[in-house]
Amino acid sequence: MTVLDDRRTVAPPVRQHAPRRRDRSIRGWVRRGGLVTLLFALPMILVFAIYSWWPILQSIWMSFQKTNLITYQFVGFDNFVNVLSDPLLGRAVLNTLYFALLALVFGFPLPIFMAVLMSEVKRMKGLYSALAYLPVIVPPVVAVLLWKFFYSAAPTGVFNTIIGWFGIPPQPWIQDATQAMPSLVLEATWAAAGGSIIIYLAALLAVPPELYDAAEVDGASIWRKIWHVTLPQLRGVIFVMLILQIIATAQVFLEPYLFTGGGPNNATVTVLLLIYRYAFENSLGGKYGEATALSVMLALFLAAASFLYFKATEKWSTN
Amino acid sequence: MTTLTRLPGRPSFRARRRLEAASEPDVERGILSPHDRRRRPVKVGQVLSHVLLLGGLVVVGLGPLLWLAKAAISTTQDTIQYPLQFWPSGIDWANLEQAWVDVEVGKYFFNTIALALGQLVVGLVIATSGAYVLAILRPAYARVLQAAVLATLFVPSVVLLVPLFITVARPPFGPSLLNNYLGVWLPTAANAFNILIVKRFFDSLPQEVFEAAKTDGAGPVRVFWSIVLPMSRPILGVVSVFIVIASLKDYLWPKLVLTDAAVQPLGVRLPNIQSQTELDVTLASLAIATIIPVVLFLLFQRLILRGAGLGGAVKG
Repeated sequence: MTVLDDRRTVAPPVRQHAPRRRDRSIRGWVRRGGLVTLLFALPMILVFAIYSWWPILQSIWMSFQKTNLITYQFVGFDNFVNVLSDPLLGRAVLNTLYFALLALVFGFPLPIFMAVLMSEVKRMKGLYSALAYLPVIVPPVVAVLLWKFFYSAAPTGVFNTIIGWFGIPPQPWIQDATQAMPSLVLEATWAAAGGSIIIYLAALLAVPPELYDAAEVDGASIWRKIWHVTLPQLRGVIFVMLILQIIATAQVFLEPYLFTGGGPNNATVTVLLLIYRYAFENSLGGKYGEATALSVMLALFLAAASFLYFKATEKWSTN
Repeated sequence: MTTLTRLPGRPSFRARRRLEAASEPDVERGILSPHDRRRRPVKVGQVLSHVLLLGGLVVVGLGPLLWLAKAAISTTQDTIQYPLQFWPSGIDWANLEQAWVDVEVGKYFFNTIALALGQLVVGLVIATSGAYVLAILRPAYARVLQAAVLATLFVPSVVLLVPLFITVARPPFGPSLLNNYLGVWLPTAANAFNILIVKRFFDSLPQEVFEAAKTDGAGPVRVFWSIVLPMSRPILGVVSVFIVIASLKDYLWPKLVLTDAAVQPLGVRLPNIQSQTELDVTLASLAIATIIPVVLFLLFQRLILRGAGLGGAVKG
């Protein structure tokens, strides 16, 4: 965390100018502005304590409890055992990995490619960025419901009409167990690519032009400049975006929930959908313990990923 | 103009114009050098890639929205049978009215706005007051506080889902916040990312100004209100846009907290509307739900795009 606070080492803290003779009484503390400072800090402290720190601690405690929200009973590792023995868990983990993999293969290189092309546009640059960012602005619910209609399996469906122009027969899209997941990834990529493009564009602006000048002196072609200057310069951002994407895709919920509800034939049940079902869609009352246990397991995996991410950030922000 | 002499032959008028454009101080040159840009294959490739890029972006980025706008005023028949017909057989304005009045989209629309505005106010208060403490007032406990706040960035939101829901539904003290907008505003205000970017901006403000104000007898409240906030307009704009757009895009949390249809925002309501109404009215409702974010985007395009890039810079 100290890395984020680079200024502290340069400027001396203001507090040092406080009275030398430190009055340790409460009145002295109030006179030095301690109370006003605390009042300023209080909203943040309260909100974080109640809605962040406490729930985080509670999640660990709750994963060992059986509860109906009125009574709590310690059940040891029962919740973990129940979750791990759920026949659907393996399916959900595989589906989530599949989603993440597809998103990585199709969704990850695309924004880099687009940003490199767009960075060479000289006129109406803003128009390109705005068009690319437009899908990001659309509320995800609207996007999913709209695409759900586009994915209509009827021969007159929007996408089926389009592929019909190229002589491809109508596809079942989200109604088919093998096509459902790629269809979700396609929508998710459409919805997210613009955000990544803007970030890569910002990173491309930061590439020192001298590097290109130097490469040209050495006779580098355009492709060699991209390969040996642009991409290495983007390395840091690319790595950070990679980890952010893994964290995001591991928590995919909205697409499977609204597109398919986990179907067909459980082909799109993801880990987060399973958590949601345990807690909020259980006819026998919420299995909050099981839901939290699974959340904690997923979070441990993601914490490892974000640890890597912050390590990378540290390295990247120093150079 | 030295580049002119290097060119073989006499440049045509267009080439000269382009040359003049290229020899202007080109501060942000990219991968292609002015020399590259003059080569014919590169020029052709440039034009070709730009046309493809622009065409692709229009179709992929704008296309679905234009389609939605058309479908919102077309009949169900048209939309189902000829979804890609350019011109509908007739314009059905009644869809919008039906959606707004009969399906009560109007009510949910205002719920959306109320929810977003409240989230903006609560979020800004927390982010600015918190960042003020961490960056400028810096009490003895600031380091611990900052570590505790930033540590929450490491915790993926999934781990909070159930315990946070229980905290909001059955708080240890006070009434349940289910079906209360505070149940959405307060948890979303506990956003370490917003505090971090505001704090970074406050860090960059000149300390001497605060020292001078202090010598002139301004207390911390006055420094905050009359100096720090007015100097921070750019970052407050960015954070405001972040908060409002996040609010408009949020689905799962408001859905869990706001179970009563009467208080739900439009986004949460849409799946129900879709399952209960005719297609043309559903699509009209979707179009209405897209209006606020798109208008916001058109109004604050530069700010939003800069903010999105900045998000990467801060994340990175």
